[in-house]
Amino acid sequence: MTSNWITTRAWFLMLPLLIVMIAVIGWPLVDTVRLSFTDAKLVGTEGSFVGLDNYAKILSGSNFQRTLITTFWFAVLSVAAEMVIGVLAALLLNQQFYGRSVLRALMILPWALPTVVNATLWRLIYNPEYGALNAALMQMGLIDAYRSWLGEPGTALASLIVADCWKNFPLVALIALAALQAVPRDITAASMVDGAGAWSRFRFVIMPYLAGPLMVALVLRTIEAFKVFDIIWVMTRGGPANSTRTLSILVYQEAFSFQRAGSGASLALIVTLLVTVLAVAYAALIRKSAGAS
Amino acid sequence: MERRSLTAAILVHLAALLLLVVILAPVVWLFVMSISSTPDLIAKPLHWWPETVDLSRYGVLLSSAVNSAGQAFVASLFNSLKVAGMATVAALIVAIPSAWAVSRTPAVGWSLYAVIATYMLPPVALAVPLYMALSWIGLLNNVFGLALVYLTILAPFTTWLMKSGFDSIPREIESAATMDGARLDQVLRLITLPLAAPVMATAALFAFLLAWDEFFYALLFTSDQRAKTLTVAIADLAGGRVSDYGLIATAGVLAALPPLVIGLFMQRALISGLTSGGVKG
Repeated sequence: MTSNWITTRAWFLMLPLLIVMIAVIGWPLVDTVRLSFTDAKLVGTEGSFVGLDNYAKILSGSNFQRTLITTFWFAVLSVAAEMVIGVLAALLLNQQFYGRSVLRALMILPWALPTVVNATLWRLIYNPEYGALNAALMQMGLIDAYRSWLGEPGTALASLIVADCWKNFPLVALIALAALQAVPRDITAASMVDGAGAWSRFRFVIMPYLAGPLMVALVLRTIEAFKVFDIIWVMTRGGPANSTRTLSILVYQEAFSFQRAGSGASLALIVTLLVTVLAVAYAALIRKSAGAS
Repeated sequence: MERRSLTAAILVHLAALLLLVVILAPVVWLFVMSISSTPDLIAKPLHWWPETVDLSRYGVLLSSAVNSAGQAFVASLFNSLKVAGMATVAALIVAIPSAWAVSRTPAVGWSLYAVIATYMLPPVALAVPLYMALSWIGLLNNVFGLALVYLTILAPFTTWLMKSGFDSIPREIESAATMDGARLDQVLRLITLPLAAPVMATAALFAFLLAWDEFFYALLFTSDQRAKTLTVAIADLAGGRVSDYGLIATAGVLAALPPLVIGLFMQRALISGLTSGGVKG
C-alpha cells in the first residue's frame, strides 16, 4: 500500500466525524461571525448589516467591562483555590493512614455529582432562612444572626467560588495523586538521607513529577472557569445587582432574554477570542516548561 | 517506607478526617434533607438528623400520576436517558473510525488538534445559530435535536480518548494479521476493536456522564416535558415556586445517583482515562 492510499483511506474514515463537526460546530461558528455584524433578532427579523457597531457598543459599555472583571475574579480565585487545596489533598492521600483507600475512592463523589445538582445543593446550604451554613455557624457561635450568603453582593461571588471549588478540587487531587504515585520511592528516600527538608523535598524532588499533569489540569480548569454558566445560573442567575454576572451569563441575557441575536453573537465571539488567547498562552507555557525539564 | 513520629501520624489522621468531612458532609446533607420531614427542615435550631424520617418524596417524584410533580420528573428522567444514550452512541460511531485513522496515520494527525481545539470553544459561540437552525428544521424542544447538539461536546472528546486508546495498541499486531491475509475490516473487527473494548467503555461512560450533566444547551433548546432533561427540571425546581426544600433535595439525589454509582464503581477506569487523556493529549 502506498502512503498516498493510506492517507486517502484515513480521510475517508474521518469523513463521518468531519461532516458532523462541520454541521454542528463549523457552520454555526461561521454563522455567529456573520450575525455579529448584523442587528438580527433571535426570532423574526433577519437584520441588516451594521458593520462593527455591535463590537463598538459592547467594548465601550460598562456592562461588559464589569462582567469581564467578575469573570476574571471568579476564574482566578476558584482555580487557584482548587489547585492549592487539590495538591495538599493529594499529598495527604499519598501518606499512610487508616482508611486511605476508602477516602481515595470517595474523592470521586464531588466530581461525579452533576453540576446542576451541586449548584442546587449549595443553594439550599446557603439558604438565608433554613440553610445548613447559617445553622452550623450559629450553633458554633461564629455568627449572631442569619445571613443571606447569595443575596448580598459582598458575599455572593465568594459563596459561588466555595461551591465551585468543592466540586472541582478533588479532580485536581486525583490527577496530582496519580502523578505522585509515579515518583520513585528511592529518590525521596535518597533526598531524606541527604538531609533535604520537607519543603525542599517537595520543591525539588516531587514538584518536577507534578508540574506536567498539574499544568494540564490548570489549563483545562481555567478555560472551564472562564466559560462558567451552569453553577451561576442555578445559584444566583448573575445577581444580586449583577455582582455574579459572568461573560456567559451576559451572552445568554443579550441573545436569549433580550433576543438581540446580533449583539449577542458579537459578545460570544469576544468571549471566544479571550478563551483562545488564554489557551494559546497556556500552550506556549506548557511547551516552554516541557522543554525546560 | 519512612518512619514517622507519633505526632506526625496523629496529624495525618486528623487531616484525613477533615478531608473526609469536607468531601462527605455536603453529599450526606443532600440525602438527609431528602428524607427529613418539613418541620425538621425548617426547625430552629436546625435538626441535623430528622425526628421523623419521611420517604414520601421519593414516592411523589417517581409516581406517574397525571399532572403531578412526579410526572414531570419521570418524563425528564427518560428524556435525559434518551438524549444521553443517543448522543453517546452517535459520538462513538463517528469517533471510532476517525480516532483509529488518526492513530495509525501520522500524516493526518494535525486534524486531531483542530478537533481538540473545538472542545475549548465556549458553547455561547455556537448557541444562536444552533437555536435558529433547530427552530428552522423543527427540532427545538426535541430529544433528537438536543442529542444532535450534544455531539458538539461528545464527538471531539470521545475522539480524543479513543485516539490515545488506539495508540496503546501496538500496530504490529495489526500488520501481522494483514500479512496473514486478513482484510482491513477483519483486522479491525477481530483484533483492534476487541483490544480497544475497555477504552471504548471508558469513552462511552465519560460521554454519557457529560451528556447527563449538560445544562446550557438543554436550558436553551427545550421548553416542556417532551424534551426537558433532568438538569433543567432540577434548575426549575430550585429556582421556581417549590418551597419544599426536601423535594428539591430528593430530585437532586435521584439525578445524582446514576453518575455517583458509575463514578464509584468505575473509579479506576475513569481516573486512568482522565490522566491518560490529559497527559498524552
